[in-house]
Amino acid sequence: MPPIARVDSVSLRYGDVKALEDVFVEIPAEIMVGLIGPDGAGKSSLLALISGARRLQAGRIEVFGVDMKGATHRAQAQPRIAYMPQGLGRNLYPSLSAAENVDSFGKLFGLRAAERKTRIDELLAATGLADFRDRPAAKLSGGMKQKLGLCCALIHDPDLLILDEPTTGVDPLSRLQFWALIDTLRARRPGMSVVVATAYMEEAERFDWLVAMDAGRIVGTGRPEKLKGKSANLEEAFINLLPEAKRKGHRTLVIPPGPKDGTGWAIEAEGLTMRFGEFTAVDHVDLSIRAGEIFGFLGSNGCGKTTTMKMLTGLLQPTEGRARLFGREVDAMNPESRRQVGYMSQSFSLYGELTVFQNLDLHARLFNLPRDRIKGRVSALMARFGLEACADLSASALPLGMRQRLSLAVAVVHEPRLLILDEPTSGVDPVARDSFWQQLATLSREQRVTIFISTHFMNEAERCDRISLMHAGKVLASDTPAALRAAQGANSLEEAFISYLKKGGADRLPQAAMPAAPRAAGKSASSFSISRLLGIAYRESLELRRDPVRLSFALIGSVLLMFVLGYGISMDVEHLRFAVLDRDHSPESRAYVRHIAGSRYFVERRPITDAKSLEVRMSAGELAIAIEIPPGFGRDLRIGRHPEIGVWIDGALPYRGEMALGYIRGINSQYVGDMIIERKGNIPPPVEISLRYRYNQDFRSIYAMVPAVIPLLLVFIPSILMALGVVREKELGSIVNLYVTPVTRLEFLLGKQLPYVAVSMMGYVALVLQAVFAFGVPVKGSLAALTFGTLLYVMATTGLGLLISTFTRTQTAAIFGTAIATMLPAVQFSGLTTPVSSLDGAAYWAGQFFPASHYLVLSRGVFTKALDFSDLTAQFAALAAFIPVLTALSVSLLRKQET
Amino acid sequence: MKAAFSNIFRLGIKELRSLWADKVLLGLIVWAFTGAIYSSAKGVSQELHNAPVAVVDEDRSPLSGHLVNALTPPHFKPPRYIDFGEMDRVLDQGIDSFVIVIPADFQRDYAAGRRPTIQVNIDATNMSQSFIGASYIRNIFASELEEYSTHRRDENISPIRMVTHVRYNPNLTGYWFGGVMETIESVNMLTIILVGAAFIREREHGTLEHLLVMPLTPLQIMMAKIWSNGLVVLIGAAIAVVGIVEGALGVPISGSIALFLCGCALYLYSAASIGIFLATLARSMPQFGLLCILTVVPLQLLSGGITPRESMPGIIQDIMLGAPITYFVRLAQGILYRGAGLEVVWKDYLAIAAIGALFSILALLRFRRSVTLTQI
Repeated sequence: MPPIARVDSVSLRYGDVKALEDVFVEIPAEIMVGLIGPDGAGKSSLLALISGARRLQAGRIEVFGVDMKGATHRAQAQPRIAYMPQGLGRNLYPSLSAAENVDSFGKLFGLRAAERKTRIDELLAATGLADFRDRPAAKLSGGMKQKLGLCCALIHDPDLLILDEPTTGVDPLSRLQFWALIDTLRARRPGMSVVVATAYMEEAERFDWLVAMDAGRIVGTGRPEKLKGKSANLEEAFINLLPEAKRKGHRTLVIPPGPKDGTGWAIEAEGLTMRFGEFTAVDHVDLSIRAGEIFGFLGSNGCGKTTTMKMLTGLLQPTEGRARLFGREVDAMNPESRRQVGYMSQSFSLYGELTVFQNLDLHARLFNLPRDRIKGRVSALMARFGLEACADLSASALPLGMRQRLSLAVAVVHEPRLLILDEPTSGVDPVARDSFWQQLATLSREQRVTIFISTHFMNEAERCDRISLMHAGKVLASDTPAALRAAQGANSLEEAFISYLKKGGADRLPQAAMPAAPRAAGKSASSFSISRLLGIAYRESLELRRDPVRLSFALIGSVLLMFVLGYGISMDVEHLRFAVLDRDHSPESRAYVRHIAGSRYFVERRPITDAKSLEVRMSAGELAIAIEIPPGFGRDLRIGRHPEIGVWIDGALPYRGEMALGYIRGINSQYVGDMIIERKGNIPPPVEISLRYRYNQDFRSIYAMVPAVIPLLLVFIPSILMALGVVREKELGSIVNLYVTPVTRLEFLLGKQLPYVAVSMMGYVALVLQAVFAFGVPVKGSLAALTFGTLLYVMATTGLGLLISTFTRTQTAAIFGTAIATMLPAVQFSGLTTPVSSLDGAAYWAGQFFPASHYLVLSRGVFTKALDFSDLTAQFAALAAFIPVLTALSVSLLRKQET
Repeated sequence: MKAAFSNIFRLGIKELRSLWADKVLLGLIVWAFTGAIYSSAKGVSQELHNAPVAVVDEDRSPLSGHLVNALTPPHFKPPRYIDFGEMDRVLDQGIDSFVIVIPADFQRDYAAGRRPTIQVNIDATNMSQSFIGASYIRNIFASELEEYSTHRRDENISPIRMVTHVRYNPNLTGYWFGGVMETIESVNMLTIILVGAAFIREREHGTLEHLLVMPLTPLQIMMAKIWSNGLVVLIGAAIAVVGIVEGALGVPISGSIALFLCGCALYLYSAASIGIFLATLARSMPQFGLLCILTVVPLQLLSGGITPRESMPGIIQDIMLGAPITYFVRLAQGILYRGAGLEVVWKDYLAIAAIGALFSILALLRFRRSVTLTQI
């Protein structure tokens, strides 16, 4: 039989780091193949390359005899491959329910609705998830997430199943169930090939064929018995396969016995309870841990171990019960009590952008170590944990095992008396795990540090002085490993553990048999599929519906903003504060001042007393206008001597200054005109200049502003909603589904955009209703034309957000970039206050190449100028032109493979 | 106490290192304080500038030509001649803001004293241009006609002469104003987004939790974020005011830049507190993004930096009294343009500090709760 995959002289580098070096391997078909090797050996990279998720840099890979390099070839192979990336539920959509997750994968592969329904029912029943079909993926335990991931992978009935460490971080019982499931599947579909990477050597022993890797190279292949040779087990055999230099550091770990009793209690917890709403995460847990003890904490995923640990560190306030550390009550508000505890959380939580040295140095300082001791302490820690070689590397660049060592070094930097470690070795290879435990042993036995550690590895649990078994928020048993084994009459701790769990009601091994699956239809990978596009759109809209806060922010927020901005942005200049320095005090001067004060544009302030106070009051911004009437004004006026009035205008706000200037001149000439008429009778001017203010006869801001605020809101909100669409999937990992399924980039992008266009149109309807009924600004022109234009516009503005989303790497940068890219052009360059045709240079072109300027003309035109379809062809054309351009840019910037 | 300050200092240094690592973000910050300010100040002017005018000249006489030629840059674009039938279209499309209709036989009627009418059609949806532009057109035509009939300009016939002085900005140059206002907007937007997003990011990556198991208080963590991000923005603002506004744009600054930067530092504290408060409200980055837009947009548009405060309805003015940016805009205008000293702006300083304190207390109250919220 030909191999299912052929890997020929493949190399891969990440920057300067070599991940794979000239790898050659032929993977046999229709059997279960295992990839084993330490962290950073290149297992994940190899699987990602085979599945097509990662771009090939050098060499050649054939799957099903198809070259995986070109996109068109890959599209032939990918519908037959299923790929489950590393990490618990990493490619699932957390807010979607179990059934919806599987369904959305079915849609990506173009399965029909009826077909999907039967497959989902079968798969969920077979994996024992049928009872949880409506529970969101985020609320499933780790083991259930992995089973769900498997359902998603199997929906399209693949010929090659690629699983990257599917059981890492999964408890023993769930692990057992997972492999039982795989066995059933393979029995039903003998033609299916399975390739698995794993960190558990005891799992690898069950596989048909193994590939052992180290440092980007393959160090051995063959059946497990062949690889094992004379060694007692695979773990030992693997260590023997390693190069001399790596083997040297490894020796069998022996932990000296711990303290017996009488040394006092490090942790005492009584009736510790934590409730989140209805859900009880931790239910009356009692713990007592001796000082200097290594205490193990075991239990199924999601049973409350992490929550218990957080309550002990003071991160969470227990709902009920109490906890004491070294006899003192845990007090979340007292920072001093934290000095005696070192905590390592489940996920890596150091600063990835800082170097190893900087991370250690920062924490030493934050724990207020004496200045002169910091240097010595940091270098001692680096020596002890073998971190000297990578002191200047940034923490995010370290392999997992090294990172965990750094985390431990950081946790002990202040020499705590108690260490709380939450699954510190999850995903770490056997050799690195042993050296980690070596460190723990030293800390515990030589420095008398109490260690409270949670783990899923049974051989680690064996090393603890005592362990507690937890399930569903309750502690089932606490004792020494040997005593627990004996109590259940079990041969191994794993057996004992499973037996305890089954008694605790965790026995839900799948009973339903896996029915023989019909060959799924719809396997041909067409270049563009409407049904896949709609599948993506459906999924995105489900996710949006599951976040009602965001949806209501978007809708209520835009209505609220419209109120504030519609009323608030006003170009009417009124209530200008003025004051008079009257040096004349004649009836004429008083009449003149009364005339100005009578204008609706001006508000009179108390008179100015002298030149000094004029200066002061203007510089404080109290007065917009100051008027000085000279002595003898009345007399001069009477005898026709043309008296001179001084007017000072605050020009700090040029627009207001300009308007004030216009007003005061107008008022003056009106006053003068009245005087002339009074004296000489009415002389008509030689030319009548008639001003006709069109569209807005009352010259009220609201008629101009409300139609202009709508374009603003329909660019800000749709683009920021959309901007996180792709980049969030990049950060959370589900983007991998784009890489390994037949979905094309165009389908993916348009599918994502569709729901946001719909939400934006809902927003538009709300805004128009508000304009008409709340503001009383009628739509004089064609509502249909406005709606059509709006549709084009929101497609362009969501397209803009999508574009930003495709090229940014972090959500922060996406938010920031969107704000910068929309705020300035929309407010300044789109004609909100100044028409685009009056802008200069770059600003003019920025306005032309921003959709808001065209839509603003359209919106104002329909609202105030009674325009119809035929008047707006230029605007429609301009708006429509943005859509293909933005989409094409997004498609070209989006990668169909990880690079 | 000493330990607290040292912690705040240390954490802040860490924050600066993280920022330094994100080159895209740095690039955006640089743009916000240089290019964005220059292009918006230079390109946009709210005074009458380049107003597009079209003329329907049915007279085609020397006099009508004389009038049209009097509409000159920089206030007006050179007028375009169009047919009467095109008038509605150019106004509808917003191509021209003014269309002047000079009737047939205008010159003859004028000479004969038959008082012909010039019609000025104004697109009143362009609030900033239409009123000022109309009064310019009326004044220009009146004095041109005067000159045409008497062959001299004589403004002394008015019984009251008005001598106007415009203070602080004698030619009412728009970009004198726009540059500083754009700087304020950049300061506002950057601070709120930077500090808030940094907070959410630490929460999503679990590092905030890590800080909380150390002998640090939420107040110290917040203060560290504020001083470090604030320092970056403050340097940006200084570069913007000295390098761009005063340097590249050549705007004369009459007051003390140091006094302005002090106000800026105070404002940063206030805006950063708002940013952290928003971050404690949002459960995820997408929610924070929306909240930011919903907060930053009205702050920018209603600060008094785009349209004068006096024009806003009373209720909006009152609401905006609760926003620190209102005081910041006021003190910036006072110090930089009018040369006001501390004795004038101290009240604004006080208001900004008080609002900042209020928001940091609110953020502090929600701090721990928001950390647990994301974990469920």
